[in-house]
Amino acid sequence: MKLPLKGAIDCDLHPGMPSMAELTPHLDPFWRDQFENRHIDRMGFVMTSYPPNSPFTGRPDWRTPQGQPGGGLDMIRAKALDPFSTRFAICNVLHGAIALFNEDMAAAVCAAVNNWTAKELLDREPRLRASILVPAHNPELAVKEIERVAGDKRFVQILLPVMGDMLLGRRIYWPVYEAAERHGLAVGVHAGSTYRWAPTPSGWPAHRTEDYVVQSAAFEGQVVSFLAEGVFQKFPKLRLVLMESGITWLPSLIWRTAKEWRGIRPEVPWIDRSPQEIIHEHVRLTLQPFDVPKDKPDIVARTLEHIGSDRMLLFSTDYPHWHFEDEDVLPNGVPEAMLQNLLIDNALETYSRLRMGVDSGDNGGRNKEMVP
Amino acid sequence: MNITVRETRAAQKLSFVDGDIHPAFRQISDLYPFLPARWREHMQTFGEHVRQGLTGQLSYPRMMASGMRADAFPEQGPPGSDLELMRRQHLDANGVETGMLVALSKGGMEERNLDFAAALSRGVNDWQIEHWVKPEPRLRAGIVVPQEDAAFAASEIERRAPDRRFVQVIFSPRATDPIGHRRYWPIYEAAERHNLPIGLHSAGFSGGHPSTPSGWPTYYMQEHYSFFTAMQTVVTSLIFEGVFERFPKLKVVLIEGGFTWAPALGWRMDKHWERMRGEIPHVKRPPSEYLRENFWFTTQPIEEPANPEHLAEIIGWLGWDRLIFSSDYPHWDFDHPRHVFKFHLTDAQKAMVFRDNAKGVYGL
Repeated sequence: MKLPLKGAIDCDLHPGMPSMAELTPHLDPFWRDQFENRHIDRMGFVMTSYPPNSPFTGRPDWRTPQGQPGGGLDMIRAKALDPFSTRFAICNVLHGAIALFNEDMAAAVCAAVNNWTAKELLDREPRLRASILVPAHNPELAVKEIERVAGDKRFVQILLPVMGDMLLGRRIYWPVYEAAERHGLAVGVHAGSTYRWAPTPSGWPAHRTEDYVVQSAAFEGQVVSFLAEGVFQKFPKLRLVLMESGITWLPSLIWRTAKEWRGIRPEVPWIDRSPQEIIHEHVRLTLQPFDVPKDKPDIVARTLEHIGSDRMLLFSTDYPHWHFEDEDVLPNGVPEAMLQNLLIDNALETYSRLRMGVDSGDNGGRNKEMVP
Repeated sequence: MNITVRETRAAQKLSFVDGDIHPAFRQISDLYPFLPARWREHMQTFGEHVRQGLTGQLSYPRMMASGMRADAFPEQGPPGSDLELMRRQHLDANGVETGMLVALSKGGMEERNLDFAAALSRGVNDWQIEHWVKPEPRLRAGIVVPQEDAAFAASEIERRAPDRRFVQVIFSPRATDPIGHRRYWPIYEAAERHNLPIGLHSAGFSGGHPSTPSGWPTYYMQEHYSFFTAMQTVVTSLIFEGVFERFPKLKVVLIEGGFTWAPALGWRMDKHWERMRGEIPHVKRPPSEYLRENFWFTTQPIEEPANPEHLAEIIGWLGWDRLIFSSDYPHWDFDHPRHVFKFHLTDAQKAMVFRDNAKGVYGL
């Protein structure tokens, strides 16, 4: 169904990926030189997780005339913002730089992506917000990038791929979460892999369809990692946002971890209350791709009931990925009483920086020193 | 979990099939009579060659007694190694009509040396018959095969299939390649021909791939959780590789892998199958249909939602005809047949879960 009210907050939107030619002006001069000499500026940086021509990467009517998914600002306005009467939309530019093994090079491209995002998107469209792309495989460089960008309040979260070098709850990543909590940034974990490891515990599947379907298992692994390592006890204000994860796997995870905890408490003594409560408080999931069949509104309603909280889901279109037709972004069966939370209030609770924008009525205060 | 349960021989006896019982060696020399001298010496000199950092112990130490019920230790040997105690504590006390042996150790599923793996497989299969099924006819054996040598595995299935005391084929769901891969198809061909279900029991590391696609977890809590996500990838691999188009009568029993995730996985597979059919035209039907027809699930360790009716709803979506009760005796997270469900089951539902589904799948 279509959105029944205006002013929704779209928590996962993908602008057309900038080419390296567009990013080069935003690179630091050393790296600009390197990229030209080594022809890195001619490379596509297409992530294996998102082949541009694949059906799910771009809805046919959400492609440019050249066939690229997402498009520029005019297209985003016409296709992703206006039709849904969106108040804010959070842009996730999941650039292939995060899959580079060279940590310094990855950091340089991440910085260029963030600069490009600020200048080409946020400066030009007040409804847009964004996530900070960081080289997560080097937490020190990731924190450096967060510190560089965090002054710009239009950046509302840190963007990490769900499948990277290590499980994200591990202590090596805690400096990233310390910075996130201190700056009031959510930690956003998005679908996609740098393929450091096989996408399944028994190796490499043949098909992209399998990779995409079982990605939910990667999200489950990350939630259990944050939980088991005690990240939420260490950083009690942290919000973990799972983007493009699907949601119907969640009740099973809540039940399983809540039961497991009763038997394994001495192993993880810092878990001081039921995982169900911790998950309800700290974990959020974006709506699309919603993984209940269209014709089963009763199952939609029951699954939302099984999740046990109406604070966890955040509205998203996942533009331009192809998960629904027309403007029918809401699954049938979502209880009316849940809509205000789902479409607006949960996002405001999750993203403290969005609240600042709402309260002051401005765009959150751009940091002019950011762009080199 | 370690309270001694009174060994009642209840008048209101529920006789049932137990889909997951673990036999153990009293000591490794129990296996030696079933190994050729060459491999006995190999075992003594070199031992098993596996894909993890520690041999002969778990890299994620369990929470108690190596993952065993503390009351299940016989006077000698580990839990599950003493038939008398197993009878007294479980088979007789709880009224087991038929019990499925799932021999997890030393069957070659994890061994890198394939010749050694083949010898172990044969040895463990002989041992199950001699030590367990012959003296205790309520028990049934599983043909344990090393999945990485599919040609040998198929030959072992051929060899054992006429012996009806073997009721399923057992290997690791954590292979070196996703198990829908064609290199494993000779196993499915043989299993389907002999109408033997494939029983896949959760395993920790067999193929060497980390238990999450983001690397190895830190704690047992996570490792244990990964049993359930790993099983999801078993389902997707078998379906999307087209195994059930090629072997439509193949039956797969997922043992100790959970089941509450299954309906959701079915919806997710269907959704993306519809969009991605151009990549997988060999998957002719909505994936959830194969899930509904070719898979069964054992119950232990059962999920326990705060509201037990939620579990009943999930089973309704999954299908009551898909579930097989299992206790996991003698492991620490044993489920008791009389206390496993916290909501009311109709007589028909009870009959299915505790007996009829297993009898149908295993041809008992």
